[in-house]
Amino acid sequence: MSGPSTYQPNNAFLKWFEARLPLGGLIHSSFVVYPTPRNLNYWWTFGAILSFMLGAQIVTGIILTMHYTPHVDMAFNSVEHIMRDVNYGWLLRYLHSNGASMFFVAVYIHMFRGLYYGSYKEPREVLWILGVIIYLLMMATGFLGYTLPWGQMSFWGATVITNFFSAIPLVGESIVTWLWGGYAVGNPTLQRFFSLHYLLPFVIAGVVVLHVWALHVVGQNNPVGIDPKSGQDTVPFTPHATIKDGFMVALFCLFFAWFVFYIPNYLGHADNYTQANPGVTPAHIVPEWYYLPFYAILRAIPNKLAGVIAMFGSILILAFLPWLDTSRVKSATFRPLYKQFFWVFVLVCLGLGYLGSRPAEGGYVIAARILTAYYFIHFLIVLPLLGLIETPRPLPNSISESVLKKAAVLLAIGIGAASLLVMTPSAFAQGHDTPHPPRNKWSFAGGFGKFDEAQLQRGFKVYKEVCQNCHGLSLLSFRNLADPGGPGFTPAQVQTIAADYKIQDGPNDQGEMFERNGRPADRFPPPTTWKNEAQARALYNGTVPPDMSVLAKARSYERGFPWFLLDALPFLQYQEHGVDYIVALLKGYKDKPPEGVTIPQGGYYNEYFPGHSIAMPPPLTDGRVDYTDGSPATVDQYARDVAAFMMWTAEPHLEARKRIGFQVMIFLLIFAGLMYFTKKKVWRDVHAH
Amino acid sequence: MSAAEPTRRDFLYIATGTVGAVGAAAVAWPMISQMNPDASTIAAGAPIEVDLGPVAEGQVIKVFWRSKPIFIGHRSKKEIEEAQKIDPKTLPDPQPDSARVKPGHDQWLVLIGICTHLGCIPLAHQGEYDGFFCPCHGSQYDTSGRIRRGPAPANLAVPPYEFVSDTKIRIG
Repeated sequence: MSGPSTYQPNNAFLKWFEARLPLGGLIHSSFVVYPTPRNLNYWWTFGAILSFMLGAQIVTGIILTMHYTPHVDMAFNSVEHIMRDVNYGWLLRYLHSNGASMFFVAVYIHMFRGLYYGSYKEPREVLWILGVIIYLLMMATGFLGYTLPWGQMSFWGATVITNFFSAIPLVGESIVTWLWGGYAVGNPTLQRFFSLHYLLPFVIAGVVVLHVWALHVVGQNNPVGIDPKSGQDTVPFTPHATIKDGFMVALFCLFFAWFVFYIPNYLGHADNYTQANPGVTPAHIVPEWYYLPFYAILRAIPNKLAGVIAMFGSILILAFLPWLDTSRVKSATFRPLYKQFFWVFVLVCLGLGYLGSRPAEGGYVIAARILTAYYFIHFLIVLPLLGLIETPRPLPNSISESVLKKAAVLLAIGIGAASLLVMTPSAFAQGHDTPHPPRNKWSFAGGFGKFDEAQLQRGFKVYKEVCQNCHGLSLLSFRNLADPGGPGFTPAQVQTIAADYKIQDGPNDQGEMFERNGRPADRFPPPTTWKNEAQARALYNGTVPPDMSVLAKARSYERGFPWFLLDALPFLQYQEHGVDYIVALLKGYKDKPPEGVTIPQGGYYNEYFPGHSIAMPPPLTDGRVDYTDGSPATVDQYARDVAAFMMWTAEPHLEARKRIGFQVMIFLLIFAGLMYFTKKKVWRDVHAH
Repeated sequence: MSAAEPTRRDFLYIATGTVGAVGAAAVAWPMISQMNPDASTIAAGAPIEVDLGPVAEGQVIKVFWRSKPIFIGHRSKKEIEEAQKIDPKTLPDPQPDSARVKPGHDQWLVLIGICTHLGCIPLAHQGEYDGFFCPCHGSQYDTSGRIRRGPAPANLAVPPYEFVSDTKIRIG
């Protein structure tokens, strides 16, 4: 049905070109006439989805590189610069950061499909191993990329992961120092990680070419797992597979867009909105969700070297799968026992993922050990034995269509499982003994939420009259106060507000620094009560008052199972952990700590602060700030107003994000619908047979 | 198969293709737009005020506005005369001196100090016309910043500016 010789261009130039470089023939034979089994179900579209995601990540990544600065002093702020100032920068960054997760969602579905249908078996061993290599490269790329924003999780993730290599006897420490380019993770580390993060996607693209090449040599597997016997069993790749893949890419984009526009920080960690601090480790270090099962395996083993070996082994064992599985029958459809063990294995992987997100203590560790043991038993004992004892069901004589119906059922199960896999909890900024902050009603919550201008203006007043003595707002410029989707000050009001501030400038012609009145383009000046962090520590009981610019995204609290799953769903989505925590904290002071709790000298008891001893004295009292719009001058109102203001400073393009998100969702629904009907038309003749 | 079917099928294909193309164009827009100056760059391009007091007669100072060098020259009587006596019609880019300075402020010449040939910064008080000379490709400008000889096609540009007082201008 196919072959390089079937491509006969009519155009004289194309003929001339084809005789010298048969590019058209290669594309024609690989992506047009290439025979694809007619019974492929929708699970087979994830290869195309992965190609799409690789392209999307490369394009958005190259764009982000145009605005990003790989330096420890500037990386965090350059990412915030992208989020605030660059045209559509917030969109491009959220596409890239969520795109990484989407890439892994797709690759896990792709891999489990291969496991279920035995796609790794003879003659597809090389194809499968190339896939394992791509997966390893993806993990490396994802890890390197997560370091770049230089937040707390970036820094400590990089520290923990590079320390894996210190487990190697004798040379481990030297290797780690070599990886770092210093005695700890630092600027040389960041710069080389940036370089490699840019390189590896192109290496992935190269291995993908080999992967596709190998696929086209041996042909695609299919749900029945027997080779196509005649032209009756296959259809040409274009238009059949092309349109089917396109339809699924559109559906996948819908899923992707939900995360980007409505819950963009759901899969991230609040701690990563705090700039890296080599002196403080976050309370709860968790890797990105896609590494969690392997992280659980690492922590399940109480020996450092053995843990690292088990973790890497759990991935590398996949490369030996073609020889570990002794059954000759490919598809689980005809392997009654393997089918059950396959689903057990899926649940074990999900379980390990959940345990990887939990603290390594108590029952969690025991459970992780049991599941880790089972993970290896599955590969080393179950698979080799099953092939010997299992009686497969009789295989059909040729590829049948009945599988398609089964696929619909599996699709539903798989989407459920995949969404479970995706929805792992975020990092939690708090200890375990603190109560949950109560949820507030926010005008900016939900799919169509908007900031309340009056509330933001009141919140700014609270900031100006109470907070700014100690807390900076370094990422905000005065001009932002007049930006659309913000507090709605007029440019003239902004001029007046800016002129109230003294900005240090210079040097002048005499080489002297001088003070002048602020201008709209200036950033908010640093707090006046402390000059540097050392002085702040001396003044404020050993702590530095945090900058308030992104604080609303840098604070969170644990929602717990099953709430964290519901928080990701349309209409139930919840992204206001940070502001709810801030309100609770501002109202959470108690004059007297409860029985049995002692607060150290210089600390104040706060119900919601992790550890309960906070260095900030109760900042708000009733009547402290005058409201001119008739809103109650109460602590409760102040707290909610200033929290809303902080949400805006943390996410100034929130309104644009939700507005564009709605347009994108509507567009994708229409496009996916059209693609569906086009697909039906294209396939009608095939199904009619 | 009825005769109507091919038409309906074609319409579906065209509609899907069109919607897809619109989507691709919509995706392309943010990727193009992100390369334009960002909000902080635009904000930093706000007007600046320059105090002319310290600029002595015959001196040319250089300040920066929107990352461009701005020449501010305090012209001598001789330089003003040279600029005014030449017949503009004989020049490659005809412009009288009066169109290049503010009325009543003949002695102040404010120019964007970028050669109109290929963007180098000309040197002040050099060249055969007592004005500016571009070292890159030899363009020569007179005491009004007008091109007199060399490859540059146009006079040195005058930035938007106004006198706030007799000794202070606002550029931008």
